[in-house]
Order: sequence, then C-alpha cells, then structure tokens
Amino acid sequence: MNLTLKIWRQKDANAQGKIVEYPISGVEGDMSFLEMLDVLNEGLINKGEEPVVFDHDCREGICGACSLQINGEPHGPDRLVTTCQLHMRKFNDGDTIFIEPFRAKAFPVVKDLMVDRSAFDRIQHAGGYISVNTSGNTIDANAIPVNKEDADDAFSAATCIGCGACVAACKNASAMLFTSAKVSQYALLPQGQVEATDRVLAMVNQMDEEGFGNCTNTGACEIECPKGISLENIARMNREYLKASAKG
Amino acid sequence: MSGLIKSSIARKVAMALSGLFLVFFLLQHFTINFTSIFSPDTFNELSHFMGTNPLVQFVLQPVLIFGVVFHFVMGFVLELKNRNARAVKYAKYNGGANASWMSRNMILSGLVILSFLGLHFYDFWIPEMVHKYVEFAPADSTRYYHELVEKFVSPVRTGLYIISFVFLALHLWHGFASSFQSVGFNNKFAVGAKKFAKAFAIVIPLGFIIVSIVLHFSHNH
Repeated sequence: MNLTLKIWRQKDANAQGKIVEYPISGVEGDMSFLEMLDVLNEGLINKGEEPVVFDHDCREGICGACSLQINGEPHGPDRLVTTCQLHMRKFNDGDTIFIEPFRAKAFPVVKDLMVDRSAFDRIQHAGGYISVNTSGNTIDANAIPVNKEDADDAFSAATCIGCGACVAACKNASAMLFTSAKVSQYALLPQGQVEATDRVLAMVNQMDEEGFGNCTNTGACEIECPKGISLENIARMNREYLKASAKG
Repeated sequence: MSGLIKSSIARKVAMALSGLFLVFFLLQHFTINFTSIFSPDTFNELSHFMGTNPLVQFVLQPVLIFGVVFHFVMGFVLELKNRNARAVKYAKYNGGANASWMSRNMILSGLVILSFLGLHFYDFWIPEMVHKYVEFAPADSTRYYHELVEKFVSPVRTGLYIISFVFLALHLWHGFASSFQSVGFNNKFAVGAKKFAKAFAIVIPLGFIIVSIVLHFSHNH
C-alpha cells in the first residue's frame, strides 16, 4: 500500500507547528497504525531527519497512552479501538491520511503529535478515589453487597482509560465524558457514597478550571470512545452535581 | 452556591431549563395560531384574552422575554467559551462521522431563529405594543385575525417565516431531547420522552408552516 501522510510537526510547546507531507510505501494491511508510524520513523532516522514524536505504551488498547486525530477522528475511522489497535487494512492504497494531535486548550502540544494530558490527572486527583485505610486492616470490598446492575454499570464506567478521545472528538473540547465516568464508577457503589458530595463538586470544579469546553450533548464522545463509555454517565454526573450543590 | 453560577454543569442545566420553558411557550403559541385556519372567531377570542389579560401581559410576558433573552445570551456565552477551549483548529475535522448536523450547528439555527424573532417582533409585537400602550387605541376583540392575514399576503414574508420554521425544527430536533440529558433525566421514561421531543420538533414547526401557507392562500382567494 502506498500512502501520503500529512502529519502535524511542531518542534516544542512554544513553536509554530505545521502540516508536513510524507509519502510512505510498502505499508501492509496487517500493520497497526503505530507500526506504520514506526516504519515512517525508521526511514526518517535513516535519512538523518527528526522522527515524528507520538505517544504509545502498551500497544494492546488498555493503557490510554496512544492518541492521534486520524482523518478528523480520534483513534481513526474504526470504532471501539485505540490507535494502536487500528489496522492499516482500514485504509486504501493511494489514500491521503491527516495525522494531528488531540486538540484542546487543556491538552497543550508537547512536541509533534504528543500532547500533555495531565489535566485528566488533576481532575482525577481532585476526587476520583475513595479514602480507604490500606495500612494492614483493609476491609474486603466483597463484604459489602452491591446490586448486580450497579456493579456492571460501575465496571463499565471504570473501563475508561483516560485517553482523551472524548475531548478530541467533541466540537467544544469538553471533558465531561471522562469526568462523568470517573464520578460514576464511585457514585454507583456503596463505597463511594461517603465522599460523593465533595467528589463531584471538586472534580467538576477542576474540570472547569482546566479550560475544557462545555458539553452540548452532540454525542461525538460516546461514538469515538474506544471503550464505549456511555452518555448516561454524563446525565448521572449532572444529577450528582445538582444534588451535591443543593446540599452545600 | 457561588461556584454553581460559574459551573459548566449549572450553565448547561440553565440552558436546558430555559429551552424547556420556551418549548412550552411554543406549544401555547402554536395552539392559538392553529385555531386561525379553521375558526377566526376562536383565534380572535384567544388573542384578545392573551393581549388584555393583566396576568399574561404584566407577569407572563416579561418572564417570557427574560427567558428568550437569557437563552440567547447564555447560548452565545457558552459558544464563545467552547470555541476558546480549542484555540488551534484541526486541519481535517470529520464532525459528521460522530454527531448530527443539528447538534453541531445549534448556534447557526439559533441565529436564524434570533433574526426571525426580530422580524416577528417588527410584524406583530411592536405594532401591538404601540396600539395598546402608545396610541391607547380602544379595545377591539375582532381585529386580530384580519391583522394576522395581512402579514401573510407577501409571498416573500411567508417564505421567510417558512425558512425560519425549518431552522426552528432543526434547533428543536437536538435541543429539546438534549435538555433531558442536561438535567440528568435518563431513567426508563427518558427514551419515550426523547421520542416525544423528536416528534414535537417536527410536528410543531410543520404546523406553523401549514398555518403560514393557509393564511397566505386564504388572503389570495
């Protein structure tokens, strides 16, 4: 397969970036998208040029490190997969592929296609946890009965890998799907109730402070999420937030 | 509570609630207008009541105007904030792959509706205010139907109204159903409520279009 790649190149966070065109040949359908970029980078290194910087880690769709806006969609045209799971067979010989970083004011570009997603970490730190004594006398989580449906919904919310595709897909660069998944995974469980009020207020406040946009319910985040996190979580977070605000 | 005013979720809920309020107003407005095509007398009676009842004039009307202004101002504030949240745009953005045109262009449909409101106020509300509170004209409960039909003589104006109602349908298609999500309503009844909202988004603007066309041709015949 011969392709034309149009890749965002940016030297550092303060530099002016631009789209640079790279022809690439010999791409196999069985290659993952990241393997295709590896091939490109090997070629660039052999020519003495700077390789394209991009995030990656586990390469099996569970770590949330890989990103990339591919032809206008986060993680590319396939559904329920991360970029590392996207195969080149999804493209055709002769295609031109735009590869850009996830764009959001709260996700500043570090270099080329790598962005700083630590805003998500700060939202998580604001309240995405339960305070449990783990100094040797931890209570067995299974000692507290949990409704099966609630457990399933909490588990589904907890599958969010924090990749940022929701922000990248949203026309408003909103982080509500991510934040709502993290709020929901605790709000649905008895263990999360003690800190429920403070949690949702602190996490939403942090989300707003990071400069993400506001959700307008387009549903793009749900469609593009590699883990299929549901919009129901946003409705739940809205309810939790209103309840918490009324309390205090 | 001070944080609530600045919070993204509170603003989103405020947009939804003001939108829901305007939806109820729209239903009431349509119900009265619809009577004009089969019973001018009923239309005159209802219009006279709405135009002279002190509760409607001095309580509900100011609340409605506040609701309209609030919805538009908050809409623009959120649009600006949202645009600012992505300073550098994508070179290639495939928005149609994951979201409807209606949901992505609420500001556009909203601006068309705002322009329409300017025309609508020029046509009906301002003359009505002048008639009652500037000229202090004597009450005439039979004037409303005639005044309504006069406005739809022009095919251009009738066309502009129809185009505006199409954009109203596009705005409602996303906005009405979306308001349930914003206020956190997603229990077992939400699916039915959203289907009702989609039907409302088609039926009410279509009804307004039918009223406009019938009034236009009723004058010409």
